[in-house]
Amino acid sequence: MNSNDNGRVLLCTFWLDDLLLGIDVRDVQEIIRSADITPIPHSPPAVAGLINLRGQIATTIDLRDRLGVVPSSDDEDVPSHVVVRSGGEQVSLLVDRIGEVLEVGAELYEPPPVTMRHEVADLIVGTYKLTDELLLVVDVPRLVDVAAATTEDAA
Amino acid sequence: MDDEIIGEFLVECFEGLDRLEQGLVVLEETPDDTPTLTEVFRILHTIKGTCGFLDFSQLETVAHRGESLLSLLRDQVIEIDEEITDALLATNDAIREILGTIEQTGAEGTHDMAELIATLEALSARADHAGDLADVAGEADGGDGDSDIQVAAEPVEVEAEPVEVEPEPIEQAEHVEHVESVESDGPLPTEDQRIGDVLVEDGSAARTDVEVAAAEQSLGDERPIGRILVDEGRAERADVEAAAAKQRSAASSSIRVDVEVLDGLMNLVGELVLSRNQIVQLAGLDRNVDFAAPAQRLNLLTSELQESVMKTRMQPIGTIWNKLPRVVRDLSNQFGKRIRLEMEGKETELDRTILEAIKDPLTHMIRNTVDHGIETPERRAAVGKETEGVLRLIASHEGGQVNIEIIDDGAGIDADAIRRLAVEKRVVSAEQADAMNDQAAIQLIFRPGFSTASSVSNVSGRGVGMDVVRTNIERIGGSVDIKTTLGAGTSFKVKIPLTLAIIPAIIIRCDGNRYAIPQPSIQELVRLDENQRIEDVHGAPVYRLRDRLLPIVDLRSELCLEPSQLTSGSNVVVLNVDGRSFGLVVDAIDDTEEIVIKPLGRTVRDNPVFSGATVMGDGSVALILDVTGVAVSSGVMNAAAAVEAEAALERELASTTQHDDRTILVVGLNGGQRVAVALDQVDRLEDFPTESIEWSGHRQVVQYRGEVMPLADLGPLAARGGSAIDTDERVSVVVCSAGDHAVGLVVDEILDIVSKPEIQRGGDEHVATAVVDGELVDLVDIAEILASAGIQIADHVSLGV
Repeated sequence: MNSNDNGRVLLCTFWLDDLLLGIDVRDVQEIIRSADITPIPHSPPAVAGLINLRGQIATTIDLRDRLGVVPSSDDEDVPSHVVVRSGGEQVSLLVDRIGEVLEVGAELYEPPPVTMRHEVADLIVGTYKLTDELLLVVDVPRLVDVAAATTEDAA
Repeated sequence: MDDEIIGEFLVECFEGLDRLEQGLVVLEETPDDTPTLTEVFRILHTIKGTCGFLDFSQLETVAHRGESLLSLLRDQVIEIDEEITDALLATNDAIREILGTIEQTGAEGTHDMAELIATLEALSARADHAGDLADVAGEADGGDGDSDIQVAAEPVEVEAEPVEVEPEPIEQAEHVEHVESVESDGPLPTEDQRIGDVLVEDGSAARTDVEVAAAEQSLGDERPIGRILVDEGRAERADVEAAAAKQRSAASSSIRVDVEVLDGLMNLVGELVLSRNQIVQLAGLDRNVDFAAPAQRLNLLTSELQESVMKTRMQPIGTIWNKLPRVVRDLSNQFGKRIRLEMEGKETELDRTILEAIKDPLTHMIRNTVDHGIETPERRAAVGKETEGVLRLIASHEGGQVNIEIIDDGAGIDADAIRRLAVEKRVVSAEQADAMNDQAAIQLIFRPGFSTASSVSNVSGRGVGMDVVRTNIERIGGSVDIKTTLGAGTSFKVKIPLTLAIIPAIIIRCDGNRYAIPQPSIQELVRLDENQRIEDVHGAPVYRLRDRLLPIVDLRSELCLEPSQLTSGSNVVVLNVDGRSFGLVVDAIDDTEEIVIKPLGRTVRDNPVFSGATVMGDGSVALILDVTGVAVSSGVMNAAAAVEAEAALERELASTTQHDDRTILVVGLNGGQRVAVALDQVDRLEDFPTESIEWSGHRQVVQYRGEVMPLADLGPLAARGGSAIDTDERVSVVVCSAGDHAVGLVVDEILDIVSKPEIQRGGDEHVATAVVDGELVDLVDIAEILASAGIQIADHVSLGV
């Protein structure tokens, strides 16, 4: 968990259903409100498809599938994309709603609760206890590594 | 320390080390190759000099030791042999190691060179036994025997190097390097060796004079060649200066460019191609002539620019092959083999990224060949081969592809050994292994988890197998295949597309989405009209294209969508993979376009049917179909072979020519066994639904053309009391007749038609075997089958139901 010298972190936050997730702003390249996703047959379900990012092609990962969040029935909202850089590539994460950029202090930091579902816990680095809710900090490299996850599940 | 200076130092050193390595391997073979020896010495000399200047003392020490040894060789005080070559190659490696640390950290770091230095010293100490050292320098006849040589006027100058720490007896006898102080006025060229060529070309000096001067140098004369020639009166000073000027201008006609800059250029051109596509598309829609002309010009310019930039990235395959002599040498020594490496087609050019990608796979295949392929000299002699094995590398262009072959005259690959190992390693089950023919068995080496090293050798066994080789090659769109003959040798054939990044492709549509198919894989485009239909042959959809049967793959099904209605009006793209054709049914065929291949991200890189993606003119993303992947995942290739064979059979049966009564039909039975039947006993090929097979007494029969025809199931499963018939819904049957009686031979697949096969008869005149593809195949006699089925010719009538 990297942080500024004074122990405060700036997190870009977003929602998946009622899960509040966050990524260090320094790891987020940009936010895209909507984009055409080209599906890729024969790829893991966590892969939503490809998008055209200013001429570059980025893989889009369906965070719902990754975190095992069941789609809610009123899926009216067009999902947004949080574009991160991982392993030298651009990867876009499909989320429900974009939240605010929050500055949080290290004193609110806690490791993931043991009661958390393991699919989520595996992909979370830690949590910040905010006033009203729990902010989960996402482990981007693990999140993006869909292939490893697929083999684990199959095992 | 200035980074740029160090950067340049590193580049020059690495280049020099490559040449040094090659030179050492050559020298081991031909020790009296003076130019090579001189070059090798010079390289180490230069490295040593520059390190001292840059204060890399460890590097300098190692280079110095190596140089000392080399100078003894140069002076012919000692002779080169395997031990010395090993030590010098080790020095080369050590220098590389230190340079690596410098590259990473900017400083030398610490390296334990004690052992290497001790070895070099010990080898240099041989000179102690080689005669009087002090005389070497002054010898009028430097062992060359050429009495024309006036040995250089300067006496040996023993100058203690300021940085030298360990004075050795040998050092003092050396022609110690010192900066040339040229007495005459004006500069003389530094690239001595080449200037000799320029002078000869210009007619300013005679070839023999130049060679003599070069020989003098190798005996220890430190003067540049130009100087020697002038001093000896063999060339005019003015001519030498002119030649030097020429050299300098030749040297500056090429420049070094950072590879990253070239890659960046390539990317930009790629983006330009995309924009060009968009503009051309818009221009096509816009009737405005004013727009059309510049758009067309842009189109042309972009294509030319693209071609030129591609050229900058082309490098001859020799750049990776140049390392191989050493690799083969080291490995041969390690495994006690003697191998001659022959390379053809070194100048064949490939895109840089392809070279990078195939470097490791090629090296690995060569390691395998040296380790397992070529036998030890003793074994080779024992089977009558020359003790020196031959390893040939051949590279050539063919169409839009590069072919690289690795051919050896070794032991070949033993299909049985592969089968055993595959079962041992649980790559396949024993039954599967038995069922395979030899060709299929040999392909097992490409399976993951397979390594032919029965003990993990540290060269080719550890974790990297042929499966990784194949994956890496296929990842860049290439293919690797293998042919082998037991006892005679093996040949690997690698095919790679020439350029990676921008290719012409045909855009097709399927379920509203667009996909690109690379044009090189496309044979033709067909649209079915009303008269043509997709037929069904044993459950596989097939299309009759002229007189060939083409297996069909439905793209919709492959993409897990609702299957297409295969009707007239369907669009079929005929694709070719490895010489086999099949048809891909798509919804619609759009245009040809030049597309920029963008690789798939790590997450989806190993998708079986897509090899990349591209951005279309309108900004949408289209996936690029991996034709081989589609063929494999749809299983059409297996079907293709069977379909071809069946078609061949039909043609034979349909033709009215009398067959040589020795033409045979080879079939595969359920369970994998193969048998053959005389073709003139074959009537036709049929298939029946399993339900139509009935039992009559102990025999299976089927109603056929108003009669009851017995079925003969000769497969091993049947022999064991089971019946393979139950597994499929339909049963393939070769209807044979002898006299008025027909019997249906239950088969799994038609394999081949062989005319005039070699037939061997066993002791029992009813048992005959044919030799097909080097294997024995039982020849089935229809009368025998009928008899063993309990059907005597006369009894046939009683079977009627």
